[in-house]
This record gives sequence, C-alpha cells and structure tokens, in this order.
Amino acid sequence: MKKNRSIEDAIAAIPSGATVMIGGFGNPGTPFSLINELVRQGQTDLTLIKNDANEPGHGISRLIENGQVKKLITTHIGLNKKVIEIMNAGDLIVEFHPQGILAEKIRTAGAGSFGFLSDIALDSEITRPEDLLDWQGRTYKVEMALNAQFALVHAARADTMGNLAYRSAAINFNPLMAMAADCVIAEAIDVGDPGCIPPEHVHTQSAFVSLLVALPSLTSDYGVMAHHVRH
Amino acid sequence: MSATDRILNRAAQEVVAGSIVNLGIGLPTQVIHFLPDDFDVQIHSENGILGAWKQAQPEAMDPFLIDSAGAYVTTRPGSSFFDSAVSFAMIRRARLDLTMIGAFEVDASGNLANWKIPGKFSPGIGGAMELAQKTRRIVVLTTHTDKKGRSKILETCRLPLTAKRCVNRIISDLAVMDVTPDGLVVREILTDISDAELQELTEAKLTFTGAEAANDGQ
Repeated sequence: MKKNRSIEDAIAAIPSGATVMIGGFGNPGTPFSLINELVRQGQTDLTLIKNDANEPGHGISRLIENGQVKKLITTHIGLNKKVIEIMNAGDLIVEFHPQGILAEKIRTAGAGSFGFLSDIALDSEITRPEDLLDWQGRTYKVEMALNAQFALVHAARADTMGNLAYRSAAINFNPLMAMAADCVIAEAIDVGDPGCIPPEHVHTQSAFVSLLVALPSLTSDYGVMAHHVRH
Repeated sequence: MSATDRILNRAAQEVVAGSIVNLGIGLPTQVIHFLPDDFDVQIHSENGILGAWKQAQPEAMDPFLIDSAGAYVTTRPGSSFFDSAVSFAMIRRARLDLTMIGAFEVDASGNLANWKIPGKFSPGIGGAMELAQKTRRIVVLTTHTDKKGRSKILETCRLPLTAKRCVNRIISDLAVMDVTPDGLVVREILTDISDAELQELTEAKLTFTGAEAANDGQ
C-alpha cells in the first residue's frame, strides 16, 4: 500500500483539539516541515508531547508562539526563554516528566501495555500520593502509558510502504512515538522503492506508519545553528 | 584563569580512565574540552549517544549529530546511537559511573535542586532526576555564589528538589567540597582565599581538614 501524501493532505488529517506527539531532541529528529505546515494550516487547542520546546522561532516553538497549543507535555524547555515566558504568563499549561520516564511511558503505550512501576522521584513534588503503590514490601510509582491520536516523526530514509530508518542523534523519541500514536505521519529526506532499506536496518516497521511525506528539500531549520558553535 | 575555567579544569580531573560519564547541560558539557584528546572515557549523551566526543571541525559539523546541550559533537570509534528509552535504560540500570551536573542550589545533605525556580525560570527536569538518582557518583559543578553574590551552597535547599541525598562532591570556582555524614568537608581551595573567607561566602557550615590551599596561580 502506498502511503505517500502531499504535506498539505497529510497535516489536514489533524483536527483542532488533537493530541500530537512530535519527535526530536533539540533540532535532530524534529519534523520541522510537518510542523511548519501545521503552523500554516492553523489548527488550535493542540496538546503536544515533545521532549523539548525547540528554540524560539523554530519547530514547535512556532506553534506555541502562534497560540495554537493549550498544553505541552515535555521534559525540558531550558533552551527556550520565549516558551518559559508564555508558560509563566499562564498562556500554556506545561507538564514536566523525567526524560526517560516520558520515553518509557510512550514506549509502553507503543507496546500495547498500560503502565509500569518506577522508583524515580518517589518523594518529589511531581509525584502525588495516589500515584504510589505499596507492593510486597516496596513502594513504587505507577507510571501510566502515554498514547496520542497523532505522531509526527522525522526519518532520514523511508520506502513507499512506510518503513523508516533514522540517523545518528535524530533517533531519540521518533521510533517510540511511531509505535504509540493512532495515526503516524512521517516525513523523510530520502524516499525510495520497497527494498531500498535492508530489512535488518529498518528502525520503524511499515505497520506503524500511516502517511508518508517525501521532503523535496531541507529548509534552514534543519541546518547548523550558529549560536551552538563554540569558538 | 577565569572562574569558569577553574571549575572546568578541576572537574576534568574527576574523570576516571575507562569510565562512562554523563555531562549535564551548562558548565558540565564544557568539561570535555579540558580532557586530553586521547583520554579513555565514554561520554554518554542522553539524547542517544554513547561515545560522544569534542566539537567537530566547522566544515564537518553534522546538524543531526548534537550532544544534549546542542553542540555539534563528533563520535569516537566504538560509539553507538540509540533511542531515548534505551538511553535512560542505561541510566536507570546504573551503567553510568559519573554524572557531572549543574545546580541552582545544593546542600550539606547532598540534596540537589536544578529544575524549577517557581514562577521565574523552570527549565524542567530533562534527564536530571534519573541521572541524579541512579548514577554511581554525582559531582555538582557550580559557581559558589549566584549573580547577586548569595551562596548557592546551602544548609538546606529551598527550591523543589531534583533528588535527595544524591550529591557526592561539589566543585565551585572557590573550592572542592565532599558531602559526608558530618556535612560538607573542604578538600581543596582553588583560589587565593582563606578558610574564614570561604566560610563567609558559604551558607552551609564547612569543615576544614587542613588541606593545603591549591592556588592555581594563574
């Protein structure tokens, strides 16, 4: 089954009010083109799940600055003072999780399970008493699985069936989110015929991918950011 | 030597050959530049790299290969890439020997606060809670005082905690201090300052072992 779509048609599948997982840790793995199309189409009241808030003027920061996001489920927004200001002004609900716990909540949903037991941050303010479970002499935190209606992921390579392969530090949350959402929209730099990715090098299997967008070129969003170069 | 370089230079001496080390966002990620080029260490970067190394040459920078702070790093032979669940499996399974991490506040019991200043600056948790709770050894790198000159090394943290009783050692621009059952013990003084002057700049009570001041003279 061919899954290729135009970027306009793929993003039009997302209604206002949707919950959307978005891959990426900083720039690598962030599906900037899909996000920019979501900015252009203007869906609102979105709940986003992403490791970070990108940086001002880039990626999901554009959606937040544009007022399209009501809630962000994340781990760290320290590189985005703009989003911190919007949060402090009360215009964005932000829910913080420990990074590996967020990853595991998503992985758990992707594996068809409903939660797991953790010993992280039991006595922290992010843990409510009702989250704790005493079991056979130990105390655990119950971490519920986290799924979403949509996931937007970025891949280096894809085939037209929707098999995906990621590159270097652009893996991060992408393969986890691709398993945890009902509708997975992937963008890929390089899209070929089935078989172009050797079977043992497929990171996300076609069964998980709903729609595929081939990127004609990479915008400057994907490039080196001068302020991260140390002199 | 600047105050920052003094911290980083001393921090580099904490890295044991053959170990696996995570360097937190901020000062700690800079420690890598103070290690010899051929030093035997595997840097774990929680965005999905084991074996990250120093910044790439400008013409070789790969926008898809960054460390957790966004620097365009290289990788060493034997490195690997993985997803975020695997990255934190490595952390929670205690495969890391050392994490160096920044602090808003750190206290005499080894409590660490570095994720939330309510209503002002809340960068968030990132990997800090899992790293602080599960790494075998935690070394905090911090300026001794904040921009207003107030001690960041407290008797008891006032901000929301990242993790309780997790810190083993604190390296500031003024001193190296260990967290012990009897509170903070000064191991080294890194600049031209007396014991009494150091205590004056520190809210937490310090114990001095009579260690020679190691004035770096630069």
